[in-house]
Amino acid sequence: MSENNVTLQKQRPAAGETLLKVTGLVKHFPITKGLLRRQVGAVQAVDGLSFDVKSGETLGVVGESGCGKSTMGRLITRLLEPTGGTVEFEGRDITHLNVASMRPLRRDVQMIFQDPYSSLNPRHTVGTIVSAPFKLQRITPEGGVKAEVQRLLGRVGLNPEHYNRYPHEFSGGQRQRIGIARALALNPKLVVADEPVSALDVSIQAQVVNLLDDLQEELGLTYVIIAHDLSVIRHVSDRIAVMYLGKIVELTDRKSLYERPMHPYTRALLSAVPVPDPRRRGKRDRILLRGDVPSPIAPPSGCRFHTRCWKATVVCTVEEPPLLALKTGHQVACHHPENHEDLKPGDAALAEVTADGGKVVRTQAPSAAAPATEPTTTAEKAAEKAPAKAAKTATAEAATPGSAPEGAVETAPATSSGEAAGKASKEPAKKPVRKEPGAAEG
Amino acid sequence: MTTESTPGAGGAVSKADGRPSTGAVTKASGRPARRAGAVGEPTTAGAPGTDVFLDVRDLKVHFPTDDGLVKSVDGLSFQLERGKTLGIVGESGSGKSVTSLGIMGLHTVGQYGRGKARISGEIWFDGTDLLAAHPDEVRRLRGREMAMIFQDPLSAMHPYFTVGAQIVEAYRVHHKVDKKKARRRAVELLDRVGIPQPDRRVDDYPHQFSGGMRQRAMIAMALANNPELLIADEPTTALDVTVQAQILDLIRDLQTEFGSAVIVITHDLGVVAELADDILVMYGGRCVERGPAERVFYEPQHPYTWGLLGSMPRIDRDQTDRLIPVHGSPPSLINVPQGCAFNPRCPYADVPADNRTRTERPELKEVGSRHFSACHMTQEERTRIWTEEIAPKL
Repeated sequence: MSENNVTLQKQRPAAGETLLKVTGLVKHFPITKGLLRRQVGAVQAVDGLSFDVKSGETLGVVGESGCGKSTMGRLITRLLEPTGGTVEFEGRDITHLNVASMRPLRRDVQMIFQDPYSSLNPRHTVGTIVSAPFKLQRITPEGGVKAEVQRLLGRVGLNPEHYNRYPHEFSGGQRQRIGIARALALNPKLVVADEPVSALDVSIQAQVVNLLDDLQEELGLTYVIIAHDLSVIRHVSDRIAVMYLGKIVELTDRKSLYERPMHPYTRALLSAVPVPDPRRRGKRDRILLRGDVPSPIAPPSGCRFHTRCWKATVVCTVEEPPLLALKTGHQVACHHPENHEDLKPGDAALAEVTADGGKVVRTQAPSAAAPATEPTTTAEKAAEKAPAKAAKTATAEAATPGSAPEGAVETAPATSSGEAAGKASKEPAKKPVRKEPGAAEG
Repeated sequence: MTTESTPGAGGAVSKADGRPSTGAVTKASGRPARRAGAVGEPTTAGAPGTDVFLDVRDLKVHFPTDDGLVKSVDGLSFQLERGKTLGIVGESGSGKSVTSLGIMGLHTVGQYGRGKARISGEIWFDGTDLLAAHPDEVRRLRGREMAMIFQDPLSAMHPYFTVGAQIVEAYRVHHKVDKKKARRRAVELLDRVGIPQPDRRVDDYPHQFSGGMRQRAMIAMALANNPELLIADEPTTALDVTVQAQILDLIRDLQTEFGSAVIVITHDLGVVAELADDILVMYGGRCVERGPAERVFYEPQHPYTWGLLGSMPRIDRDQTDRLIPVHGSPPSLINVPQGCAFNPRCPYADVPADNRTRTERPELKEVGSRHFSACHMTQEERTRIWTEEIAPKL
């Protein structure tokens, strides 16, 4: 086995070279019913992702729960079989490689998991866990497995003497370090980390973030870091992909994303994060989205965000916006991007909710296959969708003849809530009603 | 009997549902009855003009286990005024939730096979010492005067009953009204917290609600009786940011509307900065720093608070430098370090002379107006370290 020694001394791809290329990646999980397990639908977890990961960079993937970011992570590490699209690693198509042909590649692609409690086998010692990759790949590192494992443990900040301990003897942060040591054992090129710090306490979180930073610098690693915490993502990433319901809505470098977001969803997401600064309380331009993310089983037609977007117009309900590079290195999928000229100017604003005795009129099934062309139909369709998925938090009055904006933005009322909320829902305007600066004092 | 077994009527309906109603407050064994002597004290506690109505004094909650005595909360004191929000921050295991359950009187004797909690100290709530009061008295207050929002709404709500039924129950425990009226109240509450079509959703079961809506329903349940004190234990931890923003706004609005005092327990400094007037930082079961939010964020006076601020990635700044983590891990509550509990992790443990940090436990000392810190360093030393070493790196 020792003839495999050489394999650990890998040729590092030059920084900036494309390491991973994903094109039109799709994963649908079938929903089956009945005795014959007939497929009746599909959870469209990931629905057409295209992006590159360059060597030496960190790509952050951020989104709300259920947007498909973890599924994406498992697809590019080939822990799941993609339904469609291609994944290329170092120019080689790995989309449908079988387990055996994937095995040599596992040395180059490793994963760090979210939950440090369930991702370590409680019956194995730390030594066994961290040396498992060597055993599976039939590699004997120089100086023997034990010495190498101890070196790795030391590298991630654990005591090498703890080789014979069991996972339960470690705290959450230490377990996460064990997971990192295991991922690094084979000196991978690409590490996919799925929520690497979200299960950890703040002070421990910082230790692990710093460790990941150091390792990247030292070993020239490439990371894909999946997280829901926008602050962590801002800290660790070079480029960031924002996902919504199985699609990338915006992909750009860190600076442009946080300073000049172009997709309304990104903007709303950023504005929703509580800032640890009491002086800025109530002075922020906050956009509150209504309701929850729609179900990925029957995602909205057109732009998937249109049910919650305050800028949505008719075209958004029928035509899916492609992911376009509107500026160099700044890709956005939106018909009406922020910080940029409108791509579909003059499009009819999404019509008002038809009201009849305070109730929303329902005329069409929510997922009608027929393309909705008339504005009224689309509006009704959208109106139907929202309550069905509980996508709006508006009160009953919101649907009164006052013509509530569909999926519009709720105010962040500073002081008098009920009044402000009522006002907001009656506002026919399409633009978000925002909190007035300074009004929240007291 | 249903009403009897519902001590946590406010938000805790299902937690207690169907389980034997044990005495809500377990007192430390051998503690002398202090009720007679202590009556009237709380009014003297607050400075003139303030409206202190929750006054926690030297609260201790200890759990005997096979491994030793777990001192989850070990001498905690704070006051809360009507209409104000207190944010309790700390890492997991610092005693935040145990404190809130202690105030609600939800630590019980031998329930779930766990050891009984030994509670001592005083919790003055609007003139009543909750720890000395009769369990019936506490039960009357709980849900009506004080209510709680739990972290995980799915496990805090009963899966067998509709959301409406659980709110109705919370309301009818404390109000003698018929079912129709109570149901109307439930619809009204669901409407108030922003559930669409409340008259229809009232008959839904918890699993039919999304995460954010469940949390809203929990808030509705907690508000059923217009409580004076609302305790929110990690109210948004399980939620996505967009939903979190909705819930935080809702809590803030309801507070202004109902004028209740709110205790928000969280590990997220962002949430605290959004909501709290005062902040209490807990470490190892004790308060290490307490003060107005502005001061705690801008002139923190305890190395642990510095550590928390330094280890937090900031969304509002493009900071690419390394984070400044707190080294080591939180202490075991069975063997809390001698002296200052933070000393093994504190980079400044050697600043005070004669090794005091390792031998003597620092007491909370006033370091500014309503601002307290438990640290052996002198205020000059702390101010110098903060302004010269810590603040520029944040």
